Amino acid sequence: MEAVALRSPGSASPETRLPSRSEPAGRAGPPPAGGLVRRWLRLNRGQIRAVAIGLVSLALFVAAWQVLTANRVSFYVRFVNVPTPEDVLQRALLALKNPMFADHVLMSCRRILFGFLLAAGVAVPLGLLMGRFRLLREVAFPICEVLRPIPAIAWVPMAIMLWPTNEGSIVFITFLGSFFPILINTLQGMAAVDPVLVRAARCLGAREGALFREVYLPASLPQIFTGLTVGMGVAWVSLIAAEMISGQFGIGYFTWEAYSLVQYADIALGMITIGVLGLVSSFAIRLLGRLAMPWSAAR
Amino acid sequence: MAATARGLIEVRDFCLRYETMEGAVEAVSEASITVEPGEFVSIIGPSGCGKSTLLNALAGFLTPTAGRVTVDGEAVSGPGAERGMIFQQYSLFPWKTVRENVEFGLKMKGVPRSERQRQARTLLGLAGLTPFENHYPDRLSGGMKQRVGIVRALATGPRILLLDEPFGALDAQTRLIMQQILTNMWQRLKISVLFVTHDIDEAIFLSDRIYVMTARPGTIKAEVAIPLPRPRQPAMTLSSEFLGLRRGLMSLIREESIRAMGGEVSAEAMKGLAINLEGQDLAAVL
Repeated sequence: MEAVALRSPGSASPETRLPSRSEPAGRAGPPPAGGLVRRWLRLNRGQIRAVAIGLVSLALFVAAWQVLTANRVSFYVRFVNVPTPEDVLQRALLALKNPMFADHVLMSCRRILFGFLLAAGVAVPLGLLMGRFRLLREVAFPICEVLRPIPAIAWVPMAIMLWPTNEGSIVFITFLGSFFPILINTLQGMAAVDPVLVRAARCLGAREGALFREVYLPASLPQIFTGLTVGMGVAWVSLIAAEMISGQFGIGYFTWEAYSLVQYADIALGMITIGVLGLVSSFAIRLLGRLAMPWSAAR
Repeated sequence: MAATARGLIEVRDFCLRYETMEGAVEAVSEASITVEPGEFVSIIGPSGCGKSTLLNALAGFLTPTAGRVTVDGEAVSGPGAERGMIFQQYSLFPWKTVRENVEFGLKMKGVPRSERQRQARTLLGLAGLTPFENHYPDRLSGGMKQRVGIVRALATGPRILLLDEPFGALDAQTRLIMQQILTNMWQRLKISVLFVTHDIDEAIFLSDRIYVMTARPGTIKAEVAIPLPRPRQPAMTLSSEFLGLRRGLMSLIREESIRAMGGEVSAEAMKGLAINLEGQDLAAVL
């Protein structure tokens, strides 16, 4: 996640440095094909560098893992039972052919999708309305503040009591996990809306509905997407915890079961799968954010 | 346009008071101003004198404690597109392109998309902003942003235009160009303009008349007619007539600025700055 964020400032500097070095006398027509490739390489030097370093660093991580596990290092931290990367790769290839594994993954994805979409669908409109209407904020905010510090995992027993099915309670816990980050960030976005923009819109004839649609919502979008990204992260945390405790399917259940069945390689496989799923889902949200806010991408 | 004859602004005995823990504070007291249809009028005064307050009341953002605020005889009761406003902070919507910003007022009026695009394009063409119509405001310079702001305010065909230190954030060169652009537009549209500034030269260069406001509680101290011929040229700022007006207005403002600084509160502030007045009056020292 951090690598992506860090990459953009790095890429900006070679771009700004470029003209003075490579275009001594005004550019005349498109360069030849070989030149184009070289130009692309030069323009994207920052990104290429970040990707290259990132790959090397990942390779070093796997290498360290290999060294520690293959030699069964036991120096306070015990790597004796930890599977080697090779073991995990073998299990992964096996799992990819096994429909049960795919079911676990799909189940988790479905729960995330339901829980998260439900949270976003409730928290964003609620946050917008709370930000706009004081009475609603005064009524709803104290309740939120009391419920917010309760970790989603602490909701597990209550969720099991509340919902008739296991599925319902797991989705509910995922929902709760992502609900508050989304709500709080939407509220912050609303509080930060520039009042001059609101006044400008009203001077141009905007009424309440139009103000919401044309000013408050787009002005809060960056914060809303921050909330969605954080919410997605917490959704996975909550989901995995819920699955480990009360699930019968899902990647969290798979990981816990691997421990119970002494399938150590599957523990790492489950962990890596969770990591990849989390990465992909937050990437998807960032992509969505960029599509929804073309003005910030233009910067 | 048929609306050229309208745009009469009248403010009568405007008072604005608000409550604090220390008691009622009078921000503006019995201020009266008039802007005839098609006239360009400025308000100058020391900072905090309530010039922006008057403008905000005309825009419909606040109601006076006492007094009347009318446009064409109708009391102002809230913001509306027939009173265009331009802010110092540009206030363009960052999520809308230049053209979408200009279209905004028309969209609020319910003008169909193709029609408002056509109108916005025409206006942007007149302002020389066509190459930037699909840019987001982020990528424009301050002067260009304010040009878009002016075009956006004019797009709905307002009867009056209210400007709150619109060029205050611009550099000196850009400011001169913007003043020229504003006068040109005003002369073509014959719209009534009320312009708030603290820049005396700017006020003289642009206005038919200037109101000078006193320090708090703000009221009208003087009304000065500017008889300079139109169209005005930058070279006029060096004429003896211009300089004479400037000198007169300077002394009027200076009195008020000193009064604003020399009040009870500011004397304390001067102590805080460790300036030794040696028992003398602040005005005498300055």
